[in-house]
Order: sequence, then structure tokens, then C-alpha cells
Amino acid sequence: MATFFGEVVVAPSRAGLDEEEEAREETPEDREIRREIEKKREVEVLWSWRAGGRAQEPLVCSRFIVAIGRNAAAFLSSFILDSVCWEVVGVVKLWNEWCRTSSTTNVLPTDSFCLFYRLISDPTVLLCQCSCYVAEDQQFQWLEKVFGSMQKKSLQVTILSTCPVADYKTQESTLTLASPFLKALKTKEFQEPVCCPLLEQPNIVRDLPAA
Amino acid sequence: MFIPCDRGGDSAGPDFKGFTLLMPAVSVGNVGQLAIDLVISTLDMTKVGYFYTDCLVPMVGNNPYATAEENSTELSINAEVYSLPSKKLAVLQIRSPFIKNKYRPFCETLLSWVKNIKCARVVLLSSSHAYQRDDEQLLGTPLRYLLTPDLEKAVGGRMKELNWKEMEKVAAYPGISDTDKVLHIPGGGITKLLFTESCSEGIQMAVLLKFCSEGDNIPDAFVLVNYLNEWLQLIKSEVSASNNSTDPSSQWKIPSSWRLLFGNGLPPALF
Repeated sequence: MATFFGEVVVAPSRAGLDEEEEAREETPEDREIRREIEKKREVEVLWSWRAGGRAQEPLVCSRFIVAIGRNAAAFLSSFILDSVCWEVVGVVKLWNEWCRTSSTTNVLPTDSFCLFYRLISDPTVLLCQCSCYVAEDQQFQWLEKVFGSMQKKSLQVTILSTCPVADYKTQESTLTLASPFLKALKTKEFQEPVCCPLLEQPNIVRDLPAA
Repeated sequence: MFIPCDRGGDSAGPDFKGFTLLMPAVSVGNVGQLAIDLVISTLDMTKVGYFYTDCLVPMVGNNPYATAEENSTELSINAEVYSLPSKKLAVLQIRSPFIKNKYRPFCETLLSWVKNIKCARVVLLSSSHAYQRDDEQLLGTPLRYLLTPDLEKAVGGRMKELNWKEMEKVAAYPGISDTDKVLHIPGGGITKLLFTESCSEGIQMAVLLKFCSEGDNIPDAFVLVNYLNEWLQLIKSEVSASNNSTDPSSQWKIPSSWRLLFGNGLPPALF
């Protein structure tokens, strides 16, 4: 959709182009195909301490830092992670049209992966590097399976992610904006001071960071 | 699915018995959702809970109805419920599109919740592609309504008094006469599914929709919300002194989140 000044604004969030398809009753073949695709798109979370078939106790976690997207994952690799203080404790296996991750923990920065690390000196501090794209229909599953393995009492979650500056809505033009810059969203339960300004409307966050 | 906000330790959650539940369909031009934004913003409704659902694309932002620095930092997500007990009105706002194959599960869960909370009726605001109108629909009002049989008995007469037009059924196979007439709402998202399910489940539902196209749909939202107001009288339409007409458009409050719908400011170097 072109605006008054000719720039193109993406107009998503419409009715859904396949509503007629949705309304049609499923044949048994359709149902079978849909089930197969759902199975293929299932998100699998593998934790290292469960490999020995021990009881499924929830992980006690006090701080969980999640880096979503290549930039945020690279930030953690460059400034936080090292093999001395952190150990790999989990991995997410998933497939979608954009990427496939595997259960290997020996990854290159250019791979698509989703790994969990634990701080050796304080095993309640968990870190997740998710450089793969988690599709819309997989985000809820990812959320339930990852957080489902944790004991969530007094858990503080920090989510790191990036967005293109061109997507930032502001009265000025984004060309004159000093970038990169930080913005934050926080729940009312988060009482500590935030290190940067809060994200103003009409800007929003979507996909896995939002989930 | 419905999670109440905890306010003051009321563990039972909000009571919607006998309320009118107003909600949008994610449809062409997002007109229903824009109209709902106007209702929530104008009536200054309080958020009472949200839907925890895997059927909608996740999104989060700060308070879209903020009026000042103090109330701008409450988080807002993709499906939230607001309430105004003084008018026995509950409003569901949906802020993101449906995930593929999730229309039906959402409708089923929603209608099950509707029956649980024992609200009196559901009013669905929606829209349909203007380019799909037939010759007769091109003339006259672009607004239509639909009522489930249970609600028809209660308010069918009022619709006739208001001179409203019921949504026409179309031939199942256009061009061939003697075919069955069916309800067809192109671009209406979950409208048709929700309406037909409500008919068979005995739920009192009204659909109010407008024919429109994609573009700047703010005027469409005003038209739809005024249409709703003719019936539900949510705000008083004051007679304008200058031209002696009742035009309540100016009494709807535009939320702060509607800023910058059409792109950012321009770089000065352009000129």
C-alpha cells in the first residue's frame, strides 16, 4: 500500500486469504496430510540431564536470558558466552520452510540453531541462543515446551532481540535517527530500573520475542 | 483460554452475566478492530483479562490507549478483554491475524467461553470486500446486519425500525438460477464461521458489517461504530448546532496508537 508520500507501507493483518479453504470440510486425506505436516513441524526440546532417562523434574531457574535472532545470538557469543563458564544443557530441534536445526551442539555462527547454556558457577542461570527462525505455528509450542520444563517461581526472564530501524515508527524520519538504539518492554512485575527508554506506541513487537 | 487480570485478589474473575459482548472479526481493512479501538478508547474501558491462545500471531506493545506518561507502560497483547459494568458491556479486542488452520479451534473455544460466561448476546463487527458486491449492493447503504434466530426474536423488530438492511444471501453457483442461496462474506475472516456456529448452538449473535476496501479505513471504522451506536446507544449523539444534524463522529476518541499509520516523518534532505 502506497502512502501519501509514495513510500510503500506493508499492510499485513488482513482477513486471511485462505478463509474459504478453512471453511471447507476436511476429507480424510486432507486430515492425514495436515497431521503429517504438523508432525514434521513439531518442536522438540532436548535437555542433557534427561538423556539418561531420569525423572522429568523441572529445572530450577532464577534467571533466563533468551537471545532471538542472529544479531542477538551473536551478541551473546561475542560478549557473554565462553566454554569455561558456560556449559550446553539443551537444544531445540525443529524444521520449517526457512530453516532446520539439529540436535548437534557443535555449531558454526552461520548455522541455524537454538541452544541452551547454563552458568557453571550458578546453575540456576540459563541462557538461550536462538538464531533459527521459529515459524508462527511453532512459537506457542516452543514457548510451552521450553517454559514447561522450568520451575517458574521467582524467575526473571530477559529477552534480547533486534528489529530493523526502518520498521520503527516515529514522527521524525528514521534516516536522521541515531542508530542502533535500545528500547524496552517490561511487565509490571519487573521492578528493577530499566537501562533504556520504553518502547512507545505505535511500535509493537511480534513473533517469538512477543510470545 | 480466558485469564483474568488479578485486581484486588478477586479470584472469581470478572462477572459477564447478562452483558453484551462486543468483538471484531479480523477482516478486510481491519475495520472491526478499528471500530473496537474507538469504543474502548472513548468509553475508557478497563482491561479485565486476556486470552491465552495459540491461534493468533503473538504480539506485544505498550498501552495503545495511553493518554499520559503514567498510563502508557501497561503491556498489551494480541487478545484482550475490557469491561464497562455500568453499560453491561464487555469488549474483546483482537490485534493480530489468525495462524493457518486455527480459525475453527478459535471459534470453538470462543463460543464455549461465551456460553460459560452467560453473556446475553454477542455483537460481531466485521467487513467484507467492496469489490465483490453485486449490482444491487452497489446502490444504497454499504452497511449490513445479520442476526442468529435466537436474537432475531428479541431485536428483529428494532432493526426494522432502524431501517437496517440484512445481508443478502447469494447463489451458491453464480450464473446458474435455481441454486440454493448461501451466506457469503468474502474478506470477513471468521465472520461466517462464527455466525453459522452460533446459529446452530443457539447463541444470540448479531453481525454488523460494512463493505469496504483496503486503504485508509479510519472513515470506515467511524461509519461502522456509528452504525453500532444507532442500536446500542453507547454514546449520546448530540445534535450539532451548526448544521442541525446528529453526527456523533466527533465524540469518538481516537486512541494514541493510531498515530503514524501511514509511515514516519520525512527526511528533511528530501526537499
